Amino acid sequence: MLAKRIIPCLDVKNGRNVRGVKFSADRDAGDPVELAKRYDVEGADELVFYDITASADGRAIVMDLVRQVSEQVFIPLTVGGGIRTFADVREVLRSGADKVSINSAAVITPDIVTQSAESFGSQCIVGAIDALRRPNENSSKWEIYVNGGRKATGLDAIEWIEELVDRGAGELVLNSIDADGTREGYDLELNRTVAERVNVPIVASGGCGNTNHIYEVLTEGKASAALAASIFHFGDYTIPDVKESLKNRGVLVRDLQISSV
Amino acid sequence: MIAVIDYGMGNLRSVQKAFNHLGFEAAIVDKPEKARNASHLVLPGDAAFGDAMRNLRSRGWEDFLVREVESGKPFLGICVGLQLMFEESEERGKHRGLGMLTGRVLRFPKGQRVPQIGWNQIAIRRENDLLEGVTQGSFFYFVHSYYVDSENSSDCLATTEYGFDYTSIVACDNMWGVQFHPEKSQHVGLRLLRNFANV
Repeated sequence: MLAKRIIPCLDVKNGRNVRGVKFSADRDAGDPVELAKRYDVEGADELVFYDITASADGRAIVMDLVRQVSEQVFIPLTVGGGIRTFADVREVLRSGADKVSINSAAVITPDIVTQSAESFGSQCIVGAIDALRRPNENSSKWEIYVNGGRKATGLDAIEWIEELVDRGAGELVLNSIDADGTREGYDLELNRTVAERVNVPIVASGGCGNTNHIYEVLTEGKASAALAASIFHFGDYTIPDVKESLKNRGVLVRDLQISSV
Repeated sequence: MIAVIDYGMGNLRSVQKAFNHLGFEAAIVDKPEKARNASHLVLPGDAAFGDAMRNLRSRGWEDFLVREVESGKPFLGICVGLQLMFEESEERGKHRGLGMLTGRVLRFPKGQRVPQIGWNQIAIRRENDLLEGVTQGSFFYFVHSYYVDSENSSDCLATTEYGFDYTSIVACDNMWGVQFHPEKSQHVGLRLLRNFANV
C-alpha cells in the first residue's frame, strides 16, 4: 500500500533556513544542507526548499543548495518560490530537483504549466496555490491569492485547481492562508473538497501545530501528504514522533528500514 | 564503468550521483559508441514512452541495447526505462517498445489517484541477486501513471499494490527493471543499486 508522506519544508532566504530553529548546540540548524541531512536521517519522505528571496540571486543560492543536498541525500527534492518562466523550471530541474512547485507564475502565465508538463512530464510539475476563505460565501468558498498570499486574483480556488490539473500539474500543494502560521490545524474542508474533485495527489500545507493536525488532514482531509515547517524546525516534534503517532492510529507511513549500505 | 544512458530525457544526474556515492564509476553517455566498454548499462527515464522510444531509435540506442543485452551485459531499466523493455505501451496512442520482455504497458485503471506518487512497498516473489539484503515489504519511491502487465510470470520478481497487485520489479537472466526510483529511495534504494553494480 502507498504510504502517507511527511514533508518538512525549508524556507530559505539568502542561503539560510529562516524559520526559527532549536536543535542541539553543536549543529548549525540554520544551514539548510545540515537540516536536510538531519531530516533525511530522521525519515522525511521528501524535502521542499522554498526560496523566499525569490530574486535571481536568491534562486542561484537555492540551486546551489539543491546541488549540494542532492549529492548526499537520496530522497525526492522539490523547489518552489520565485519560479517565473519556463527557463526557470528547466534550470531548477537541471540543478538536481525532482519537482518544481509553480504558484503565482501559473496564474500570470498559465501556459508555463502546460509547457513544463509537456516537456518534463507531469510527475515533476507541482501546482501550488494559496487560498483564502471568502467571508460571504456564495458558490465560491475560497479565492486564489498570489505574491506570497498578498494579492487577490478573483479566481475561484476550485475552478483554478481543476485548470492546473487539466494543464498537466501532477500534484497539488494546497496552502490555506487562513490557517498558515496559526498552528491550529490545516483547512480540512479545503483539502477534502479538492481531493474529491481532482484525481492527482494532494499535499496539505499551512496550519500544522501538532501530530493530531497531521492525522486529521491525512484522514478526514483526504490529503496524500502533509507539509510542515515550524513544528519540525522548532523541535516541538521530530519526524519519528509524527510517524509513530500516525502508525499507532492506523495510518500507513514509511518505516525506516536501514539496510547496511 | 556503469553507463547511464542519455537519450535526451529525464533526470540522469541523480542516478549517476547515487552510483558515485556508493563508490562506483558511472558516466552519463550520449552515444552508443561511448557505452561499448561499459560493464553495466542503466536506462533511466521519466518521459513519455513514445518520445523516449523515438529518441532511443533516432540516436542509435535501440539496436545497440538489444545486442548488448543479448550478449550478456547487465542491464537495469528504471521507471520508464523498465516500461521500455516491454513490447508495447498504450501511453498517448500505441507505441512499440524494445521488446526484450513479453507484455504491455497499461494506464492505471480508474479508482486510484494518478500519477501514483510516493513510497509504496514491494512483495518479493522470489530470490534474486538484485534484492540481496532487501527485506520483504521495503518501501521505495514511485512516480508513475502506467504499469507493466508482464506476460511471463517468471519475469516478475516483485509486485506492488495500488488498488491491485502489479509488477514492480522484473528480472530475466542479465536484465532487470524497477518501476520505482532506487536513486530516490534512500538506503534501500542505494542497496539495490549496489547489488546491481556488483552483478
